[in-house]
Amino acid sequence: MASAEQSKPRLLTGKLSKAGMLSFLSAQGILIFFLLSMFVFSFFSEQFLSQSNIMTVVRQASIIGIIAVGVTVVIIGGNLDLSVGSMLSFSTVLVVDLHDKIGPTNAILLMFVLTLMIGAVNGFLIGFLRLNSLIVTLAMLSAIQGFVLIYSGGQNVDIADQQGTWFAFFGRGYVGGIAVPILMFGLLAIVMQVVMSYTGYGRRIFAVGGNPMAAVYSGIRKNWCVFSTYLISAFCVACAALVLGSRVMGSQNNVGQGYELLVLAGIILGGTSLLGGAGSIWKTVIGVLILGFIQNGLLLMGYPYYIQWIVTWVIIILAVWLDLANKRKRLFTTHS
Amino acid sequence: MSFIKGFFRGRTSIQPIWVFVIALFIFFSFMSEYFLSFGNITNILVQTSTIGLVALGMTFVMINGNIDLSVGAILGLAASLAVGLQEVSMTLAILAALGSGILLGALNGFVVWKTGVNAFIVTLGAMLGVRGLIFLYTDEQSFFAMNFAFADFGTSTIGPFPVLAIIFLACALIMHLVLTRTGHGRNTFAVGGNPEASIDAGIRLGRHMMINFIIVGFFAALAGVLLASQMGAATPNLGRDYELWVITAVVLGGTKLTGGYGSIVGTLGGVLAIGILRNGMNLMQVPAFYVLVILGAILISVLIIDKKLNAPSAKEVRI
Repeated sequence: MASAEQSKPRLLTGKLSKAGMLSFLSAQGILIFFLLSMFVFSFFSEQFLSQSNIMTVVRQASIIGIIAVGVTVVIIGGNLDLSVGSMLSFSTVLVVDLHDKIGPTNAILLMFVLTLMIGAVNGFLIGFLRLNSLIVTLAMLSAIQGFVLIYSGGQNVDIADQQGTWFAFFGRGYVGGIAVPILMFGLLAIVMQVVMSYTGYGRRIFAVGGNPMAAVYSGIRKNWCVFSTYLISAFCVACAALVLGSRVMGSQNNVGQGYELLVLAGIILGGTSLLGGAGSIWKTVIGVLILGFIQNGLLLMGYPYYIQWIVTWVIIILAVWLDLANKRKRLFTTHS
Repeated sequence: MSFIKGFFRGRTSIQPIWVFVIALFIFFSFMSEYFLSFGNITNILVQTSTIGLVALGMTFVMINGNIDLSVGAILGLAASLAVGLQEVSMTLAILAALGSGILLGALNGFVVWKTGVNAFIVTLGAMLGVRGLIFLYTDEQSFFAMNFAFADFGTSTIGPFPVLAIIFLACALIMHLVLTRTGHGRNTFAVGGNPEASIDAGIRLGRHMMINFIIVGFFAALAGVLLASQMGAATPNLGRDYELWVITAVVLGGTKLTGGYGSIVGTLGGVLAIGILRNGMNLMQVPAFYVLVILGAILISVLIIDKKLNAPSAKEVRI
C-alpha cells in the first residue's frame, strides 16, 4: 500500500520519474498481469476473446465473485471467513427446498434472514467474544455442513416446475442482454467498492483491520465493525445462493464445498493482504476474473480442467511473493 | 480456584482436553454396552490413526507459527502413488509415496522460508496444485491394490493389537520426545513464540520451519499409505477435508494458532476426542451429520473457555 500512496502525487503532478513508473507498475501489477494473460490466451485460441466466451467466463466466475466481495470486506477488517462454502450449501439447499413448499418470495426472504443469522453468529463470536476468526469459521464450516445434512436428511433437493417459476430469473435471466448473475456481481462489487473507499464506514473497517488497538483508542466501535463485516459476508453468500439455486434449479448437500478456498485464492491473487487493513474490492474482482479466464483459457487450449489448479498454485505464490519482494526491495528473505 | 485455573491453562502436566476425553469415555460407556470393549477401543485407535498421524506433524508446524493446508492433498497423492506404482515394485511404490510427501513438504517449507510468503497462502496454493498433480498422475481413475500383502497390512495385528494403532502410538511417542527433548523441538517453540527474538538469538529460523514442513509432509504421506492399505484402494479425491479435521484436532488439543504453545499429549487428546465422539455416536446410532454440528460446537466452546480463563485480569492490565 505504501508504494501506491507514494506514486499518487507524482502521477498527479505529471512528473513521471523512473521510480514513480516502477511503483505504479508494482501497484497495478495484477491488472498488467491480467491484460498480459488475456493477450497470451487470445494468441492460442481464436474463440477466447469473442464476446460470448468472455460473457460465459464472467458468468461462471460470478458466484465465486459475489462471495469474494463479502469475504474481502471481512479480510480488510482483519479476520477470515472459512464458513462461506458451507453457508453457500446451506442457503442454496434452503432456498431450493422451500421454493416448492412456501413459494419463491417467502423462500428467498426466509433464506436471506437465516443466512444473515448465521453471519450474525459468526460476527458475535468473533466481534464481541473476540475469538480467533480462523477457528470459529472452521468450526462453523463443520457445524453448518452438519445442519445442511440434518435438514435435508442427506437427500438432494430439486425444484419441481423448473420452467414455470420466475425464480429462474436470478440464474438464467437476462437484463438488457447481460446475464443477471453478472449484473448482481457487478452491482455488489461497485456498491461495496464505493462503501469501502468513500464512506466513513469503509474507513473504519480499514482502521480496525490495520491497527485494532489504535482504532479502539480513536473511538471506533471495533466490535460492531467486525460484526458488520460478517453480516456483509453472509449477505453476499445469500446472493450467491440465489444465483446458484436458480441456475441449477436443484442443490446437492455439499454444493458449496471448497468454495471458501477458491474465494480466498481469488482474493489473494487480487493482492488483498490476509493481515487486514489493506486491499480493495476491485482488486478482488480482477483476481476472481483472472482465475476464471485461466480456467477457460487452459480448457480452450485443450488441457484437462485440473491443470488450472497447478497453474493457480504457481501464480498465487508468485503474485504474493513479487508483491512482498517489491515492498522489502529484495527478492529473498535474509534470515537463515 | 487458582489450581483449577492453572489446570485449564495447561500449566499442570495434564491437558484440559484429556478431562473432556475421559468425560466422553465415561459417558459413552454408560450409553452403549459395546463401547467399553477391547475390540472397540483398538478400533477407535485404528480409525483415528490417519488423522492422528497427520495431526502429529501439524502440531509441530502450528507450534512453529505456521499452518499447512496441503496435508489432505499430499495424503491423497501418496495413497495414489503407493497403489499405482505397485505394478512396478512394492518397495518403489512405498518409497515414492513417502518421498513425494517429504519432497512436497520441503517445497512448502522452502518457499515459506525463502520468499517470506505467509504459510497459509503457500499451502493453500499447494492444496489446489497437489490435487491437480493427483488428477494428472491418476488420470482421474481410482486404483485398486492387486498386491494382497499390501491390502492385508492395514488390517493386520500383532498379538491382539492392530498394526495401525501401534504405528500411530509409536510415532506419537517419538514426536513427543522430539518436541520436548531435542534442540529442534525447543527451537520450534522459540520461533513460534517470537520470530524476531529467535533470529537475534541466532536460531536458524528458516531451517526449522522447513524441517517442520518436511515432518508434516512425511506424516501426511505415511497416513496416505496406511489409509490406502486399509482400504486396498486409492481414489483421486482421497484426503479431501482432512486438513480441516486435523487442524480441529490440533486446536482442540490446546495448540495455539499464533504459535509458541502446544504439545503432542494435547494433540493426542484432541484426536481421541474426535475419534471417541464419532465412534460413540455411531454406536448410539446417531446419524453422522450430528457429529459435524457437535464438533463445531465443541471447538467454539473450547475457544470461549480458553478465552474466559486466559483473559488478563484487571490487575495485569494496569501494569
